[in-house]
Amino acid sequence: MDFNDTPEEAKFRAEARAFLEANCKPKQAENDRMSRSLKPEEYMKAAKVYQKKKAEAGFAGITWAKEQGGRGLPPIYSVIFNQEEAKFDAPSGVFSIGLGMCVPTVIAFASDEIKNRYVAKSLQGEEIWCQLFSEPGAGSDVAASKTKAVRDGDDWIVNGQKVWTTGAHFSDFGIVLARTNPDVEKHKGLTMFIVDMKAPGVEVRPIHQMSGGRDFNEVYFTDVRIKDSHRLGETGMGWNVALVTLMNERLAVGGSYGPDYKEIFEFARGINSPTSDGPLIKNEAFRQKLADWIVRAEGYKLTKFRTMTALSKGQMPGPENAIGKVINANQMMDIGNTAIEAQDHYGIINDPELAALEGAFHQSYMFAPGLRIAGGTDEILKNIIAERVLGLPQDQRADKGIAFKDLPTGR
Amino acid sequence: MNFDFSDDQKSLKDQARKFLSEKAGAKVTRGVLDNAAVSFDETLWRSVAEMGWLGAAIPEEHGGLGLGRLELCVLAEELGRAAAPIPFSSTVYLFAEALMLAGSDAQKAAHLPKVAAGDTIGCFATSEGPGLATPSSIETTFSGGVLNGVKIPVTDGDCAHYAVVTAKEGAGVSLVLVDLTQAGVTRTTLKTLDPTRGHAKLEFKNAKAERLGAAGQGWELAEAVLDRAAVLIAFEQVGGSQACMEMALDYAKSRYAFSRPIGSFQAIKHKLADMYVAIEVARSNAYYGAWALSTEAAELPFAAAASRVAASDAYYLCSKENIQTHGGMGFTWEVDCHLFFRRAKLLAVQAGAPAVWKEKLVKRLEQKNAA
Repeated sequence: MDFNDTPEEAKFRAEARAFLEANCKPKQAENDRMSRSLKPEEYMKAAKVYQKKKAEAGFAGITWAKEQGGRGLPPIYSVIFNQEEAKFDAPSGVFSIGLGMCVPTVIAFASDEIKNRYVAKSLQGEEIWCQLFSEPGAGSDVAASKTKAVRDGDDWIVNGQKVWTTGAHFSDFGIVLARTNPDVEKHKGLTMFIVDMKAPGVEVRPIHQMSGGRDFNEVYFTDVRIKDSHRLGETGMGWNVALVTLMNERLAVGGSYGPDYKEIFEFARGINSPTSDGPLIKNEAFRQKLADWIVRAEGYKLTKFRTMTALSKGQMPGPENAIGKVINANQMMDIGNTAIEAQDHYGIINDPELAALEGAFHQSYMFAPGLRIAGGTDEILKNIIAERVLGLPQDQRADKGIAFKDLPTGR
Repeated sequence: MNFDFSDDQKSLKDQARKFLSEKAGAKVTRGVLDNAAVSFDETLWRSVAEMGWLGAAIPEEHGGLGLGRLELCVLAEELGRAAAPIPFSSTVYLFAEALMLAGSDAQKAAHLPKVAAGDTIGCFATSEGPGLATPSSIETTFSGGVLNGVKIPVTDGDCAHYAVVTAKEGAGVSLVLVDLTQAGVTRTTLKTLDPTRGHAKLEFKNAKAERLGAAGQGWELAEAVLDRAAVLIAFEQVGGSQACMEMALDYAKSRYAFSRPIGSFQAIKHKLADMYVAIEVARSNAYYGAWALSTEAAELPFAAAASRVAASDAYYLCSKENIQTHGGMGFTWEVDCHLFFRRAKLLAVQAGAPAVWKEKLVKRLEQKNAA
């Protein structure tokens, strides 16, 4: 048991570090984000420039095959690069959905011609992707998608609506899951396509979130034409294609989204306890809660170390991200909630100039509800743990053996 | 990064599991539960001694196998999984660790070989009544080579040959080694939540005793012993939690209600997923504790506290939800759920209750951040 890199890993880490030092600014504080100081279009420009450098230096697509412009290394090297990159204020988030989920699916299912058209450009940061799965009536039950694709000669004509599409407003392409046969069971009548987000009939409408942010979108398709060459996988096999995409999602090891126990610990040293004399950190009830947050945060961090160990032995990532999300989203909400309540009436103030940590506790309090839902609700993730890790039987289904068009839908 | 046990350690774990599935298990644990006259399973104790487990971490010069603490962690997990009714944790994690940490060469030479051979059962006594013992609350005294006072409760105190106790010596607290078979010691057996382990009240009246380590250093030494034991007990707790989850899983897959396995209901699935998450959190913290223990890292106090808090929480959750998953059956004497529910509580309070360790954890975080 040790926490050190193997010689090869150490060499790669040093290379990564040298690249990052030459191209990014080190973070001064955990909360540093250049996205805050730059306008969205400036940030996008910086992100594209950075991605190109990454690709040229061989730090994009680290796990991808060499013929796709990658480096053909095991997943642990990706983790190492991400660890090092996290110490810098790098504009890296923009490409994560494309390179982490969409383009690997394109590589797995598209013809060589299509791959040649899209893969390199994406890796170089010239084109951005989004993933169009969720619909107003198909959230956790993604296979209930209603967006329709009808064959018309060499084309398909797509109509319908997607929702919660992260980054659709700045994406060039997307992968879209559509219903191509409503007369068979729901999982069997779906097909996946590459869609040009700038094509006629595609309309992107931003969603204003409860946190105030505007990261997600509704996307409407009205008679959008997609060439059959842009179909991913066989007609009717879209569900299997989607599962590959969702599996790739696991490879992305998530970072922290907001203040953790260290931040609230610092905060508690500086403010008075509302219920006892002296600073909050001396309050017994607070200390007991803080201990719970420590063991869960450390436990998840250390679980990732166990995953890294498995990855460095060449194993595939398991369900530990499911654990992480179940722990993190709730904990983030609890920490935000406690920090706000600890300030009594003053805690309501959300002005960054007046609030603790420039309002970071408020931000996480307002963002955590979304985090409990995004990428699979807590409930779905617990089902995944129960069924795929612990081997419990699947939920009893009301949709087995029934054609999609005959399924009850409710509202 | 290699945050895992080695192949050798994993193979030791497999051997231990196989051995315990033959020699231990609910039947053996129940043998002790149902017989008030015995406080541990003598046959299992002897077998464990023959396997060399009691001396796994004791140096070869003192009759042990001279393996490391990581090997002991691996064994602890399996003993916890079996809810083994033997005074292993008292003797090995507490008594032997105290000797190895604070004992003189002569004390080590006198006692460790007997521990390794299974001839000496040891225990560790700090509690003197309800609530947390502190340096100022201790009333047991050590002076002029004799010990006076009362320790209650003492896990395995009814079967142990020796105890290590905390006692006042002058103005300070010392760690003291005392032979429990002498006339100056009165033992009263106690009824407890977990009768699969013996418990006693120990009264010392001018009992002959010797100091372990320097005078006045007893509190620091006891804390250091408890940190070490906390990591090892955490592995027992992880093993016990895992056993509960597996029992619940088996039942959820085979028991039908409303014409379907109860494990296909989300309420049951989510219960089991919660157990899994709690166990993984506990296991990862315990691994960190194991690393700190085996390398004598400066992080040990922090890692030990985190291990203990996470493992106590996981075992409580898993042992109670295992009963709930079993429904009415789970509440019966015949089904094994309660063996683990009992053991979970003993392990949670034996070396300091979770709330105490939560406080220690925060204090240690403050110390780390003071520098």
